[in-house]
Amino acid sequence: MSTVFIALQANEETRPIIDAIEIDNPQAVVNRQPAMVKIDAPGRLVVRRETIEEQLGRAYDLQELQINLITLSGNVDEDEDTLTLSWNE
Amino acid sequence: MDMKATKKKLGMKERYRVLTRDLGWEPGYQSKEAIFPYVRYEGIKVHDWDKWEDPFRLTMDAYWKYQAEKERKFYAIIDAHAQNNGHLNLTDARYLSALKIFLQAISPGEYAAHKGFARIGREFPGVGTQVACQMQAIDEIRHAQTQIHAMSNYNRYYDGFHAFADARDRIWYTSVARSFFDDAMSAGPFEFMIAIGFSFEYVLTNLLFVPFMSGAAYNGDMATVTFGFSAQSDEARHMTLGLECIKFMLEQDPDNLPIVQGWIDKWFWRGFRVLGLVSTMMDYMLPKRVMSWREAWEIYGVENGGALFRDLARYGIRPPKGWDDAEKAIDHMSHQFMLGLYQWSFGTAFHSWIPSDDDMAWLSAKYPDTFDRHYRPRWAHIKQLKAAGTPFKNYGLARLCQCCQLPCVFTEPGDPTLTCHRETVYKGEKYQFCSDGCKDIFEHEPEKYIQAWLPMPALFSELGGDVAAWMDWVSLRDGADNGDYDGSRDQRHFDEWRGLATSNL
Amino acid sequence: MQIDLRTVSIQPQRNAFDHLVRRFGDKPASRYQEGSYDIQAAENLHYRPTWDPDQQLYDAGITRIVMRDWYALKDPRQFYYSTYTLTRARQQDTTEANFAFVESRGLADRLAPELREAVLRLLVPLRHAAWGANQNNTFVCGYGFGTAFTQPCMYHAMDNLGIAQYLSRLGMMLGDVDALDAGKAAWLDGPAWQPLRRYVEDCMVVRDPFELFVAQNAALDGLLYPLVYARIVDGELSARGASAVAMLTQFMAEWFDETRKWVDAVLKAAAAESDHNREVLQGWMAHWNDRAAAALVPVVELVLGADADEAVAAQIAAFKARIHKTEISF
Repeated sequence: MSTVFIALQANEETRPIIDAIEIDNPQAVVNRQPAMVKIDAPGRLVVRRETIEEQLGRAYDLQELQINLITLSGNVDEDEDTLTLSWNE
Repeated sequence: MDMKATKKKLGMKERYRVLTRDLGWEPGYQSKEAIFPYVRYEGIKVHDWDKWEDPFRLTMDAYWKYQAEKERKFYAIIDAHAQNNGHLNLTDARYLSALKIFLQAISPGEYAAHKGFARIGREFPGVGTQVACQMQAIDEIRHAQTQIHAMSNYNRYYDGFHAFADARDRIWYTSVARSFFDDAMSAGPFEFMIAIGFSFEYVLTNLLFVPFMSGAAYNGDMATVTFGFSAQSDEARHMTLGLECIKFMLEQDPDNLPIVQGWIDKWFWRGFRVLGLVSTMMDYMLPKRVMSWREAWEIYGVENGGALFRDLARYGIRPPKGWDDAEKAIDHMSHQFMLGLYQWSFGTAFHSWIPSDDDMAWLSAKYPDTFDRHYRPRWAHIKQLKAAGTPFKNYGLARLCQCCQLPCVFTEPGDPTLTCHRETVYKGEKYQFCSDGCKDIFEHEPEKYIQAWLPMPALFSELGGDVAAWMDWVSLRDGADNGDYDGSRDQRHFDEWRGLATSNL
Repeated sequence: MQIDLRTVSIQPQRNAFDHLVRRFGDKPASRYQEGSYDIQAAENLHYRPTWDPDQQLYDAGITRIVMRDWYALKDPRQFYYSTYTLTRARQQDTTEANFAFVESRGLADRLAPELREAVLRLLVPLRHAAWGANQNNTFVCGYGFGTAFTQPCMYHAMDNLGIAQYLSRLGMMLGDVDALDAGKAAWLDGPAWQPLRRYVEDCMVVRDPFELFVAQNAALDGLLYPLVYARIVDGELSARGASAVAMLTQFMAEWFDETRKWVDAVLKAAAAESDHNREVLQGWMAHWNDRAAAALVPVVELVLGADADEAVAAQIAAFKARIHKTEISF
């Protein structure tokens, strides 16, 4: 199965986001590299606003991801609550 | 009446539709043909622009807000970097060669992308597509500027940066990158989109920005990491735009498939050649290396590109024609480039060098099938010549590929001992190529590529082969900007300054 | 590694990039200069555009304006991406607070129905005119020559889009999505809007970037913004009790005051270059100003009724006085 991924800058702001992604995507593998964290997942990866809010303890707009996003791979589908990356096979 | 109670609550997608697509209208006083004159001649058929899927639904209020936050972070870091002599935190100043190449060849490409996206942000008839392209247009000028600003402080202390604007238009190797962007900009709006939005952004820029920038962090260059990752956060939007656009073209009409496939074949190979130099930046120019070019290719080329083309197979798209040749070149290209750069280093506004014994041990571990067999012996020979006081320099005329404009230094896909060379005759003139991929591209559009400005022949025809006059013309300062890093001003300054910084003498 | 600054005495080898030293002398350059001057490719362009082989990829010859140096068209605000974005982000904060204020206090709901109707009738269709302005400025950025001239046009285009989006939000706040549909119907078929729509569509086929700059940013917006936002919203409608609406259009009023200084500086520098340029600019200005004035009269009538002619005439006089300062008379 093809891998999707999302990479974020490694900093204090992204720590809870990465935690949230790990919670929502048990198959995801987190790779820590200099200055960045790359999260790979087989076929599909979901980023959920609610989970991030639980980790952060405040309201969160998924578009805030833009600030610390480095790159991603897969078809993107975004609405208020989730950002989903997936490949069709 | 209580207006609030009756108001429809719009979801994000619907709200975005209202705030963008609904702004456009069917013209009544001018024809669509007159308003959008360039959208038909490439043969792409679009029946319904409303079927376009917006990738990221950024309205201007959110755009200003988030981009301003990125900008504040970026300039805070590069201000601090300049104020604190951040350049002395580098692992080694030879690393700066990679940044010099970046500023001379890649940053002008960002600017070209800015102009190109402004053009197609006007020329495409669909509002959703236009807005996405316009955001990319303004992002791309951001990238050009943040790169120039990040490197401005290096320019104050090190050679090779000062004439980037002259080098962009005149020096030989920048012609590789500029011909690539000129090629895309001189194409129609759909091909431009495949060239830059899809092939370059989606398939290839991860290779440039992600492992290399991570490498910059590893080598203490916070200015570059910052512009790199900050730019890349926009690229995530751009890549998604490229992917949405290709899916849109393929879904609109089955007749679009062969045209799109042809562009993918062309632009993959053009992009692979132009970004080939990144292989050398990663394998040779980072004093401390995060991963080899081969390893980066496995992740971002094989794995990610493979996933992408499996996804697009449902439309009948197959992987780019040059993919297998690219794969065969991966274990060779960084070495071939570095050997080429070293022998022509008199004519580059950056330094190259002979890899140290440690470097060579790393290279042979990362390239077990190729380095010791084909490239270590050549470096050993070059090292001997240097030790004997007769350093290896090639003042000969490099044979440049008529398409990608690189010197023909690559080997046959199946035989690393044989230099690859192709030629074709068009209207009585003979043209040279570095590969089948480049020859095919030429033969598909010969009238375009015979126009190419080739910098090396220009040197010999206009300046009579006078190398000193040529150096003046390209603003290359002999003995400072060029040549071997070993013994260079950059090396001397860096060692002195770092000595001052770390000792009390 | 921590660098001990006290012990370091390192000498910069140069002040600035060569092309900036040639232009501004041997001294450190500003970020505006670094990000604006000579960053467009200038020589040895490789291929002719397939979309128009008579043009070069960057072609100063596609406009009738002739400049020895297109970088003479400096932006007095010295906007490069960062300063532009930070400025707009600050204004966006204010605008957002204004929208929230109007919303939270139900000020929109308290507008008298006829006043609300007047606001919607005038402002909502203008979001399409702002989209037209976005198209035209994107064009000028794409095909104009020299970064000093073209980069502010990209920022301007994004501002035009932002304004179209603020007007859409205003329409939704005062009248729901249906108000946007009604506004679009008026833009497409309402008699009051047809001269303006024709103006905007006619601009979209002008392919001389400088003429388009004049037609959109000087002739049309130079009348439209003061008439709609100063004379009508801040003046007439506020006096009639719609000052909440003025809060929602504060951005547009401030934006016009800021950007007209840039527009004037560009016109002035181009006119000062040569008599030829001045004559071309005068011709364009006369032509497009007449058309813009005629197109705006029925729009202004929507709110001012019989006073529209007087209001437009007064604004034409003010506009001429403004443009005369750039040494362009028409």
